[in-house]
Amino acid sequence: MGSNLIDALFIFMLAAFIGFEVIRRISPLLHTPLMSLTNALDAIAVTGAILMVGERKTTFSLVLGTLAVIAATSNVVGGFLITDRMLKMFKTSRPKKP
Amino acid sequence: MTNFAANEQLIQVIYLVASALFILALKWMSSPVTAQRGVRAGEIGMVLAIGGTLLNQGIVDYKWIAVALVLGTVIGIPLGLVHMTAVPQRTALSHAFGALCVTLVGIAEFYLRAPNVPRLMMTVLSLEVILGSLTFTGSLMAAGKLQEVLPQRPLTYKGQNLVNLTLLAVAIVLAAYVVLHPWETLLFPFIVGISLVFGVLMVIPIGGADMPTVISLLNSYAGLSAAAMGFVLDNKLLIIAGALDGSSGFILSVIMSKAMNRSFTNILFGAFGKVQVSANAEAEIRPVRSATAEEAAAILAAASTVVVVPGYGMAVAQAQHKVRELYDALTKRGVDVRFAIHPVAGRMPGHMNVLLAEANIPYERLIEMDDINGEFPQTDVALVIGANDVTNPAARTDSASPIYGMPILDVDKARTVMVIKRSMSPGFAGIDNPLYYLDKTLMLFGDAKSFVNDIVHELAGGGHN
Repeated sequence: MGSNLIDALFIFMLAAFIGFEVIRRISPLLHTPLMSLTNALDAIAVTGAILMVGERKTTFSLVLGTLAVIAATSNVVGGFLITDRMLKMFKTSRPKKP
Repeated sequence: MTNFAANEQLIQVIYLVASALFILALKWMSSPVTAQRGVRAGEIGMVLAIGGTLLNQGIVDYKWIAVALVLGTVIGIPLGLVHMTAVPQRTALSHAFGALCVTLVGIAEFYLRAPNVPRLMMTVLSLEVILGSLTFTGSLMAAGKLQEVLPQRPLTYKGQNLVNLTLLAVAIVLAAYVVLHPWETLLFPFIVGISLVFGVLMVIPIGGADMPTVISLLNSYAGLSAAAMGFVLDNKLLIIAGALDGSSGFILSVIMSKAMNRSFTNILFGAFGKVQVSANAEAEIRPVRSATAEEAAAILAAASTVVVVPGYGMAVAQAQHKVRELYDALTKRGVDVRFAIHPVAGRMPGHMNVLLAEANIPYERLIEMDDINGEFPQTDVALVIGANDVTNPAARTDSASPIYGMPILDVDKARTVMVIKRSMSPGFAGIDNPLYYLDKTLMLFGDAKSFVNDIVHELAGGGHN
């Protein structure tokens, strides 16, 4: 932490601004798949949980970490799967351009 | 040791690439044409990040990681294959899972470091577990209400807001105390416990019609708690993903609250103000005009422009495929059919769009409120299917109405209005809708799915006259 925390705050601030600018442009048409996609991306928390399990510092951290990996992985798999299914349904009546 | 440093650097470069892919994923979501590419980018970023994490030399044992990844996949696949009408509850459940992961890691991290947690670290850790815990139970409650395992009606009692805010304040004060006195580790479970209870109580007073806002807000909380976890673990990729998710949920909450005419502070503090039932709701019984499917079909066939206004009732009746048949039948006759989508129609942002897309209705026929409202005066028929409050003209005209000021779809300006509705009972918010008593309004009483089916049947020639 320490100076790392300040760096991290800068990263957070910049990412939040990028998020605002990018997401504001997303059509309301796609708000549901947007939510399932950001949910899947958010499950990147799995990386922290994986490290906790792998480092195996205490039995307590091993058990909690394992449960955390299960929860986050189900979001990764389910989130991408359903976003993909939803987006495949959005069709236009106009002929597709190559 | 140089080997270790090189390994760590490789992982960070992989995380950097994954971060860029995540941002691109959201950028490509801006249009349905590029959205699928966006999902690919997200998937590649995710696989890279997980693969990179597994390279970490701090990992001494892969057995439980493998077990957990397999179990998570087994749970995740059915959650990715749910029916489209179940998407709101699935989304709420995934917020719960995300928050659960963050909370569990936060708790474990605390006990790994206690009792020597530096103050800054403890502050962020507290934020992580408080936000994570309340999002976990709050999202479970939301999912339960949407799945109708729990009563959808808001449960309220006197002094509810006071109780809720007090609980949250207690959790925050306890956390502040632990920050200042890191050796008081016995207090930590109470911080988690109180936040879990707060999550339940926060969502109890919320009714179905407020769900789009609540889901967006929980989405934002889930993102923020993940970002806090990124701070604690010094994981930049997690900070970025959490910030993106947090801002996405925040933007959606703002859009939803505007569409419901609620102030944002009102929402932030969980006082999702249930709409009061107006006292004179049962007062008089006014006459309405009703019509049969045959008459409705004749009017629709004679129209040149039709705007369909779908609402939650269409989702409940699973009528979207029948609506598509109606769309096809009318389009074949040269009628211009479009769909007017209110931002809070349904139970989550974009709910109606997904259902209609599932029924193969081309997305350029789905028009947002602001774009379609100017066109109602030139519309021959507005057909309302299972929507109520979002079409209530009292929101424009009656300053005594509980929904006064809420932006609505101006269906009352169409030349003829037809409303498919099960009965004259008032909608979810319990507010009477003057639209139903207009001279140009025809009420089509019946189940949305079977009534639309009857209209389609009549349009196809009916079989008998």
